[in-house]
Amino acid sequence: MTGDLTRLTIASARDGLAAGRFSAVELARAHLDAIDAARGLNAFITEAPELALALAEASDERRARGGALGALDGIPLAIKDLFCTEGVRTTAGSHILDGFVPLYESTVTGKLRAAGAVVLGKANLDEFAMGSSNTTSYFGPVKNPWGPKDGKDLVPGGSSGGSAAAVAARLCLGATGTDTGGSIRQPASFCGIVGFKPTYGRCSRWGIVAFASSLDQAGPMTRSVRDAAILLSLMAGHDPKDSTSAPVPVPDFEAAVSQGIAGPFRGLKVGIPKEYRIDGMATEIDDLWRQGEAWLREAGAEIRDVSLPHTRYALATYYIIAPAEASSNLARYDGVRFGLRVPGETLDEMYMNTRGEGFGAEVRRRILIGTYVLSAGYYDAYYRKAQQVRALIARDFAQAFEQVDVILTPTAPSDAFAIGDNADDPITMYLNDVFTVPTSLAGLPGISVPAGLSGRGLPLGLQLVGRPFDEETVLRTAAVLERAADFGGLPLPA
Amino acid sequence: MSLDRSTVKSIAYLARLRVDDAQCDALAAELSGILHWVEQLAEVDTAGVEPMTSVAEMTLTQRPDAVSDGGDLRRVLSNAPAPIDDYYAVPKVVE
Repeated sequence: MTGDLTRLTIASARDGLAAGRFSAVELARAHLDAIDAARGLNAFITEAPELALALAEASDERRARGGALGALDGIPLAIKDLFCTEGVRTTAGSHILDGFVPLYESTVTGKLRAAGAVVLGKANLDEFAMGSSNTTSYFGPVKNPWGPKDGKDLVPGGSSGGSAAAVAARLCLGATGTDTGGSIRQPASFCGIVGFKPTYGRCSRWGIVAFASSLDQAGPMTRSVRDAAILLSLMAGHDPKDSTSAPVPVPDFEAAVSQGIAGPFRGLKVGIPKEYRIDGMATEIDDLWRQGEAWLREAGAEIRDVSLPHTRYALATYYIIAPAEASSNLARYDGVRFGLRVPGETLDEMYMNTRGEGFGAEVRRRILIGTYVLSAGYYDAYYRKAQQVRALIARDFAQAFEQVDVILTPTAPSDAFAIGDNADDPITMYLNDVFTVPTSLAGLPGISVPAGLSGRGLPLGLQLVGRPFDEETVLRTAAVLERAADFGGLPLPA
Repeated sequence: MSLDRSTVKSIAYLARLRVDDAQCDALAAELSGILHWVEQLAEVDTAGVEPMTSVAEMTLTQRPDAVSDGGDLRRVLSNAPAPIDDYYAVPKVVE
């Protein structure tokens, strides 16, 4: 039984716990054992077995008393190590937060805890969520459980690489991720799982280590669309502690998934943006995209071409705005109040030593770019210009959504690459996010659904993008894609 | 815009980041590459376009101006790398 428990979905584990087929402690132990056995993936920075078992015991006691908290009571999850967790070390994948133990719980993880979730540990990530390969983590790269391929270990994608690897390898039933330019969706595509970045403002950012505040958004990473809906329902909601969190009601996302499965849906209009058919696009990506289009057409959807003319400027826009916001957000790491301190003769020297030693190469690069584009004399040419182009990108989407209900694109331009590849030139690495960054700039909901395998037998995802706060249409359509693709997940060991 | 060594040094100082002299040339080339790449935005006509400062079109709410938390010195200082008594401590600033 124990081996089987890691193959469940959140929905089926919820039903099994409710029916008393197994206990939360058994479920937690099965996953802790799986984590033990898969330590070579380096998916976790901090494992929390004692906390997990204590939470699982408490869950079982509640259930025995007839007081189970609901959908997530007893469900083991991994938490991206960008969410502050009370009493559990939080690193953001960086050396500069050395020894930092938060005295508070992020709103999103607090909501999950209040719903009875069992926290297994803190998942590895790119340092401060800056990366698309999980290779910038101070705690070492994560290996994609679909590898190795051709004798090389593969990246899980990033920045939520530990979360994606843990979900794919069945080390947890679901995980939290965060997405600034694709950090949930691209690793979901690389690892063959579902990753959902909701509308900006849907989930509170309070207690999540900030990267780029106008873009950062939390979301679920799971092995099914239904599980993503279940998690998001509990993560979402207005929070007075985050002034950008939206004071709008949280719909029943799981019901939307059931509608999609019940299909067919006549009248749903799906847009195909021609600008995403980029030069040099791999044939297998294009083929999968056309396959996704065919699946939705067969389900009764109407397919329409749409135009998003400023798409080609999205990455450059992002790589001005995100570093600018990061340079400002990361100014707080100064060695005075928490984290690493590297001594210096003067206060300035202490700041410079601490930050020079505490931040890794990619973070330093982005802080420097951000500082430059915000500096006197260059602000208008770079930062203001990028904010204007961002407005045009958002307008493109708004116009497209006058004609269609949801947009279908590939999630990433390739399958998972080897650890160490794309490392020579930062811009090559940035190109991984070509299909996900525009959605982030416009603040729209975007989901990656595993849709097929590449020629090398590695997962590929398709992305669905929706109108602001219309996660329901995205989930409904994603459920159709999921059923048609019948992906199946990481092959079980023989 | 191509950055030279001295510009890299001065940005690094603004950002309070120690950058080794040996890294300066490589860093200047890397940062110049990124800046050249993002300068493609110059070809977009943005005349009359309002800069987008926020995705969320919402009016910020105000909470009552009242103390809601605080008064716990021990917790506040618990993550400090080098506190002295009830204070954060830093190298001497005033001679």
